[in-house]
Amino acid sequence: MTRVNILLLCVLILCALSLVTSRHHARRLTVELEREQARARQFDVEYGQLSLEQSTWGMPARVEKVARESLHMQLPAPSRVEVVEAAEKAK
Amino acid sequence: MRAAPKKHVAPPTELPGVRALLVFGAVGLLFIMLLGRSLWLQWMENDFLQSQGAARFSRAIEVPAHRGRIVDRFGDALAISTPVKSLWVFRDRFDATPEQLRHLARVLETTPQQLSTRMKGDGEFAFVARQLAPETAERALALGIQGLNEQNEYRRYYPGGDVTAQVIGFTGDKDAGQEGIELAQQAWLGGTPGSRRVIINRRGDIVEDVAAIHAPQAGRDLALSVDSRLQYLAFRELQAAVERNKAKAGGLVVIDAKSGEILALANWPTYNPNRRDKVARDRMRNRALTDTFEPGSTMKPFTIAAALEAGKIRPDSVIHTEAGELTIGKQTIHDAHRAGPLTVEQVIQKSSNVGAAKIALSLPAETLWRMFSEAGFGTVPKTGFPGEVAGRLRPPTTWKPIEQATMSYGHGLSVNLVQLARAYTIFADDGELKPVALFKTDGAVAGRPIVSVKTARDVRHMLELATLPGGTAPQAQVPGYRVAGKTGTARKIEGGEYTRKYVASFVGMAPVSSPRLIVAVMIDEPSGGDYYGGSVAGPVFSSVMGAALRMLGVPTDAPVDNVVLPPPGTRIEEET
Repeated sequence: MTRVNILLLCVLILCALSLVTSRHHARRLTVELEREQARARQFDVEYGQLSLEQSTWGMPARVEKVARESLHMQLPAPSRVEVVEAAEKAK
Repeated sequence: MRAAPKKHVAPPTELPGVRALLVFGAVGLLFIMLLGRSLWLQWMENDFLQSQGAARFSRAIEVPAHRGRIVDRFGDALAISTPVKSLWVFRDRFDATPEQLRHLARVLETTPQQLSTRMKGDGEFAFVARQLAPETAERALALGIQGLNEQNEYRRYYPGGDVTAQVIGFTGDKDAGQEGIELAQQAWLGGTPGSRRVIINRRGDIVEDVAAIHAPQAGRDLALSVDSRLQYLAFRELQAAVERNKAKAGGLVVIDAKSGEILALANWPTYNPNRRDKVARDRMRNRALTDTFEPGSTMKPFTIAAALEAGKIRPDSVIHTEAGELTIGKQTIHDAHRAGPLTVEQVIQKSSNVGAAKIALSLPAETLWRMFSEAGFGTVPKTGFPGEVAGRLRPPTTWKPIEQATMSYGHGLSVNLVQLARAYTIFADDGELKPVALFKTDGAVAGRPIVSVKTARDVRHMLELATLPGGTAPQAQVPGYRVAGKTGTARKIEGGEYTRKYVASFVGMAPVSSPRLIVAVMIDEPSGGDYYGGSVAGPVFSSVMGAALRMLGVPTDAPVDNVVLPPPGTRIEEET
């Protein structure tokens, strides 16, 4: 009887210890998960800021200004436009 | 072995019974007190203690949910929320050394004087700076000034600025929609922040999730049908036209003729939604949807279509225009330019009021009304934009003959610009009226047949004649593409009287062989000398349509030298 009890006690202690370690493990993982989620949020914010920046730089108004003023581009007069038919291209 | 010292050791004496009892009783009493205390704590103060414990390791934290983005049809952002920080203080707890104040002022790009004035105002609470970039706020907090706190907020940015202002609208406090699409689609765009209960350790890291109280609901992105390149093009040309003609306002709509999607919707005057502190409400209105005007001659094609459908006329029927005057009852209607007998085609080409009126009077009021009504006039266009209006189309039983005559050329009823552009899908799409949409739809959209294919094509041909020499709008021609359209020049009513102020408009489509786009232009009160639809709105149509077709890569359906302007010196006969 005593032996069984001692055995059970050992099992109990082992269980208790493993509970403690797994709890600890779980908490460490949660902390890690939290950190990654915070990073994900940070990236999300950054994505928003970058796409805002992209939209701002890429606004047609700015593109046109750069094309006209810095690159000195202009629309060709209709007389200088040649229309190529798709059929001709295929030949 | 020596005997133990002879010291006499007294045998342990028993305590006297009374003392033993006393000690026992005292210890016992202490135990009972302890037990009682623990029971007291367990039962009576349980709630208080548990809440105190929870306060030390458990936290309810807010999970932010940002507002969805608004993007154009290609996914380019038109409205984005990004987190910002505001700095605030309780005035009596704020304590900064002069040097700290100087540093703070440098970070916030202001002066120490301004900061101290802000600190001396009334009330306990004060914002030091609102909606700062997170980095700026962090630098300010890093100064370690006592009593300076931060608060997380979202700020909405509009990269399109004044170009897309009236369509998108803007958000107000707490990032909630206040105008335009932002308001109409609040439920879709708006996020609901969630919260959850967690256990934290002494370093403040979250170690365990206890329960989610509210799951956060992030805002969803919204794709508009607008093409930001066309939007900019429309805006730029409209602005130039309004300034050139010294006009009060203007509107321009570009519709995809195949799907009814609005590709561009520009308004002038406008405002910058990113800096709108002192903007008059008036500039915020999306005039193309929320304002109506008398359309004038742009209604004539619908009169002609109704008569063609009823079999009263054919495109080559001859109408006598009575030397440009027609008296109905006590009133007389005039043509701007006298012409002899005109064919039905020429009535549109030359925009004859008398011709249109005579055709309208040959029809029952009911027939004309049904045509106008089925074309979408007098009902809201259902774009999903808040505040869009139906315009005015009175029931036919109340029409007097003179009213029926004036309505045939667009007076005595009112429309908004989007309705007008949409109605022209009938002629662009072989008789089908397309539903108009501000949100992106995929593929072709089924319309509702209103007139026969033949009628639609006949009218389209008449509209093409109007843009050729001899018509009212040769300025609307586009190199490389055949265009069709109708001018409108309507006098404005103020206080029930027609004034000498005008609304010049042009609605047209291209390429005529298979229309892809419909462009409607409206210029309100041009006062630069010209006020005719052909010369004020026609060139705007031409430049927007030409550039838009090129941008979309629509195959040309005419040689590039197709533009035939009347020989110099000839008068272009415009209608009023």
